[in-house]
Formats: sequence, C-alpha cells, structure tokens
Amino acid sequence: MKTITYVIQDPIGLHARPAGQLAKAAGAWKECDIKITVGAKTVDAKRIMGVMQLGAKQGNTLTLAVSGPQEAEAAAALEEFLKNNL
Amino acid sequence: MIVGNGHPVFSGIAMGRVYVYKSGQATLPTSCGDPAEEKKNFEAAKLVALEQLQALVDQTAATLGEEQAMILDVQMMMLDDLDYLDSIDAMIQNGASAAEAVKETGDTFAATFAAMEDAYMQARAVDVRDVSGRVVTILCGGKVGFSMEEPGILIAEDLTPSETVQIPKDKILAFVTRQGSSNSHTAILARIMGIPSLVKAHIDIDSELDGRMMIVDGFEGRYFIDPDAEVIRLMEEKKNTADEYQRQLETYRGKESITKQGRKVKLFANIGNPSDVEHALKGDAEGIGLMRSEFLYLGRNDFPSEDELFNAYRQVVEGLQGRRVVIRTLDIGADKQADYFHLDKEENPALGLRGIRICIRRPQVFRTQMRAIYRASALGPVSVMFPMIASVWEVRKVWEMCQQIREEMIQEGLDIGDVEHGIMIETPAAALMAEQLAKEVDFFSVGTNDLTQYTLAVDRQNPSLDGFYDPYHPALLRLLREVAESAHKAGIWCGICGELAADLTMTDTFLDMGYDELSVSPTRVLSLRKKVCESEVYPK
Repeated sequence: MKTITYVIQDPIGLHARPAGQLAKAAGAWKECDIKITVGAKTVDAKRIMGVMQLGAKQGNTLTLAVSGPQEAEAAAALEEFLKNNL
Repeated sequence: MIVGNGHPVFSGIAMGRVYVYKSGQATLPTSCGDPAEEKKNFEAAKLVALEQLQALVDQTAATLGEEQAMILDVQMMMLDDLDYLDSIDAMIQNGASAAEAVKETGDTFAATFAAMEDAYMQARAVDVRDVSGRVVTILCGGKVGFSMEEPGILIAEDLTPSETVQIPKDKILAFVTRQGSSNSHTAILARIMGIPSLVKAHIDIDSELDGRMMIVDGFEGRYFIDPDAEVIRLMEEKKNTADEYQRQLETYRGKESITKQGRKVKLFANIGNPSDVEHALKGDAEGIGLMRSEFLYLGRNDFPSEDELFNAYRQVVEGLQGRRVVIRTLDIGADKQADYFHLDKEENPALGLRGIRICIRRPQVFRTQMRAIYRASALGPVSVMFPMIASVWEVRKVWEMCQQIREEMIQEGLDIGDVEHGIMIETPAAALMAEQLAKEVDFFSVGTNDLTQYTLAVDRQNPSLDGFYDPYHPALLRLLREVAESAHKAGIWCGICGELAADLTMTDTFLDMGYDELSVSPTRVLSLRKKVCESEVYPK
C-alpha cells in the first residue's frame, strides 16, 4: 500500500467540482482500492458523494491510501492531481 | 386578436411564438413486479438524464457562465456515484419501482448533505434532489425542464430561481408572468438580460396559447396575441426605432463618461449575484456601485459560512478585473427574510428591524460577512456600504465592530486590502445629518427608492398609492442636493444607486448637484453615458 498526504490549499476546500474530479481521477485506476481519510472519516475515493461528505476545508490534511497492482503510479498521479487542483 | 396589459419591467418590443411554461407535477408509478424490468427502466432513464444534463451544460457554459455549468457537471457525476447507484439497486430489488427508488435515494442523500456542518455542502442537497427529480420525471414519461425549438416569448405563472437556470435563456425574447413584481426574480433577470418583459400580466395561461404569434410592448406594458396586420406594422416600426437607438448606443461603448463641458461622472452597475458581473461588463459598466448580498442569505436553511460568502465576493472582485465593487452588507427585514433568522413578525417591516439594525443586534452575522468582504478586498478594489443608517452613533458602532474584526484578521495573518467604508443615505434622518455623517465615512450612496418612500411616507409596494409616490418631489430633490453638498464639503464622494439614477430626465440635475457616481442596471449604462456625453453641465 502507498499513502500520500496533502494539505488542502484551495480557500473553499474540497468542494463539489474537485470532489468529482478526484473521484474520476481515482476511478481511472480500476485495479486499485483507493481510500481517502480526513480527520476521523474514511471513504472510497471513487465515490463522489462520499468524498463530498468529507466536508474537507482549506488547511485540512487529506490522506490517500492506494493499494493494488499499480499503486505506485496511481499514488503519484493522484498526488499530482491534488497539487494542481486543490 | 387578444390584447392585454401587464407591468413592464424592461422596455423594448419582442415578437415571436408563445411558449407556455408549466411546472410539471408527477405522481410516482408503482413497480411492474419485475425488478429486472425496473432496473432496465432506471438505466434507460439515467442515460436520458445524462444526455439532457450534457445538453444543458453545453448551453449554460456559453450563456450563464462557468458556475452554473459546474453545478450541472457535478449533478452528472452524482448520477454515476456508486453509493447512489447501489442504494437505488437495493431498493428496486426490494420491490420498489425505479421512480420510487430514485426518489427515496435522492431524499436520503439530500438529507445527509443537509445535515453537514459546512453551508456549502448543505446547499448540495438541492443538487441531489434536482438530479433525482430529473430521473424521476423521465421515468414518469414527462419532459424535464422545457425546450424551445425557436426563439419565442415565455408565458408563466412565475419562475423560481432554479427554473430560470433551466430555461433556454438564449431563445427567450420576452417573459410574461401572471404573478411577480418589479423586484421578482424574473423581472431582475429580464432587466439584466435586457429583454422587454411584463409581470402581473392580465392573461389566461392556457396551453392553447402555445405556438401562437405574440407581441410584447415593454414601453407601454401591453401584449397582443394573434396581432392584426396594423398592430404588426406599428410594432415593427417601434421596434426598428428602438433597434436603431440601440445601435447608436453601441458607439458609446468604451468611451469616457464626460459632459461636453468636461464634467466627469462614474457610471457603475447594480447587481444581485456574482454571475451578473458578466452582464455588467457586457453593459460597459465602469464598476459595480451596488452589489447586493441578500441572495447569499435567501432561499436556504442556515446562515452561509464565511468561505461561502468569500467565494461569492471573490468571484465578483476577480471578474471585475480591477474595476471597483461597492458591496452592500446584508439588507433584509421582516418582509424579506430567511426563516433561520427567526425575525419576529412585524406590523410595519419597512420601519422595523432591518439592514444595519440587524447587524448591530447580531454581531456574529455581521462579523462573518465583514470577514468575507475584507478577505475579498485583498484581491481587488472593494468598498463596503451599510444600509439603513439613521444616526451617527450607528456609524460609530459599526466602525468599532469593523476595526475589531480587522485587527483580529491582521493578527491571524490574513491579507486585507484598502477598503473604503461608506453608508447608504436612504432615511430622511441620514440625509439631514449628512454633514455630520460625512465626517465619519469615506463615501455616500443614495438609495432613492427607500429615501422616497420614507420622506413621503408612501409605501412603494402599495398599488393604491400610485400617484403619491413621487420621486421628483421637491422635498426629495432638496435632500439630494444637500447630501451631495455635505459630502463634498467633507471631501468624500457621493453616488446614487436607486432607480432614479437611471432616469435620463434627471441626469442633468444630478450632475449639477455634483454627484460623482451613478449606479444603474447593467443594461442602462450605455444610454446613461450617451445622455452624459450630450449634457452641457459644467464641472464644479
């Protein structure tokens, strides 16, 4: 399993659109199981409703746990996504 | 030929086919008994919904801007969410019809969002309901929303804000609503879009009207259905004159607003929503003279968060690309409030707990809003103004609150721009005390609508008082002159942001009084600039 952490920079937090884009980006890694944790809540990163319900705000730390055959590539790609979008 | 009247909200002539808009009501069918069949129905309906949403995204991205398109984009993603789909599937397996399963699942997810702490996420409950409602309507065999094959005139009882998002605005030549008022959502939209429209129209809304020829005369507040040749000829003539005038106005785009004798004035726009910035720029406004904050508070279940407010103000400041925005703090009262404010019913809301009075009584509401405004001020020129001021002590109290908020923010390390603090002059008391008030603030903006109603003691919403509401009353003009003189004596600027600012018969008078800024509907800026450029008023 690969984990990455990221502190949200976007002043409005993990709002609907990035949540959707993140779910889409995670969904691209079909073989991988990707979990996302903020505070005490953990959800499936491929599910937009769950990701939105994290209610993550600017300054919150996201932890992404990726496991599966291409976990290293997936983790790197998702980290890149977070940096560019959040 | 049918001829009728309505209250015009924007002048102009529109000719086209009638489209009758009805908000559809659907009752849910029960399951056919075969879960596999229901599942298939759902899959098919989902595909149709996705297609419709994609078509809406394509339309709104071009006409309404990024934000509305984004909302639809998110709705499409929701339709593909695995939790959402799992829930629907489970209910269908348990004997529900596809429509029942979608409705129930949508309600459950909406409730989860509504229970979240973050106000932005709470507002997403609407999106889940909206997208689920769309699928349900498809399953019930109805058409969702409303489509127009060719440009036409839309007739409706009234339109809600969410309906105005869905209707194909690029095809609408005019709105005619049976209800509404000159301040209703449809009226405001019509003014911003610059299309002739009638509210409170005397019209029988019947689907038989669909497709018939109609003419709306926004100058006279009249409409004609199946007009005869003579009416068509007269209206075409009128339309050509209006179009010609519009073409003339275009030559004033990008020009300086200055009289022949060299008197300059700033022409700003009034807006009620961040997405209106686009219209303000299209109308060639030099800035925003009145940005209302009410939309951020109305039509929801709880107070907006600081981030939510900031995000809205940020959009405006960024959209204006360096032009100034004057943000008015929340101006609501018992007549126009959201339930969560829990304001008591009042005998006389116009004289009640409203505007700055609420902010003084509820510092927390004020604080959240001011923090958002100050944060936005780091991104571009921002002024803030306070409504319903009557006394010097109120201004001092507000200023004290503002300073405390600023200090707190500076300690937190937040950036704050150089914000001008001004007040609305809309009570006779404020107008009479202008000399003292001018020493306390950076600018004045006169709200002529309220100043007229309070000075003349005439309720402007009361139709039986037509004729008593006189914005040209000498008492009012005297106050306006004194306000401008007091402002300039203290070295501050003053503007007008009420409806009277757009009255071209008053432009010379206002320039002569010395007003530095006039703020009007986005679509009125160019005609006002033409008037200013033709004026002979000398600089003071």
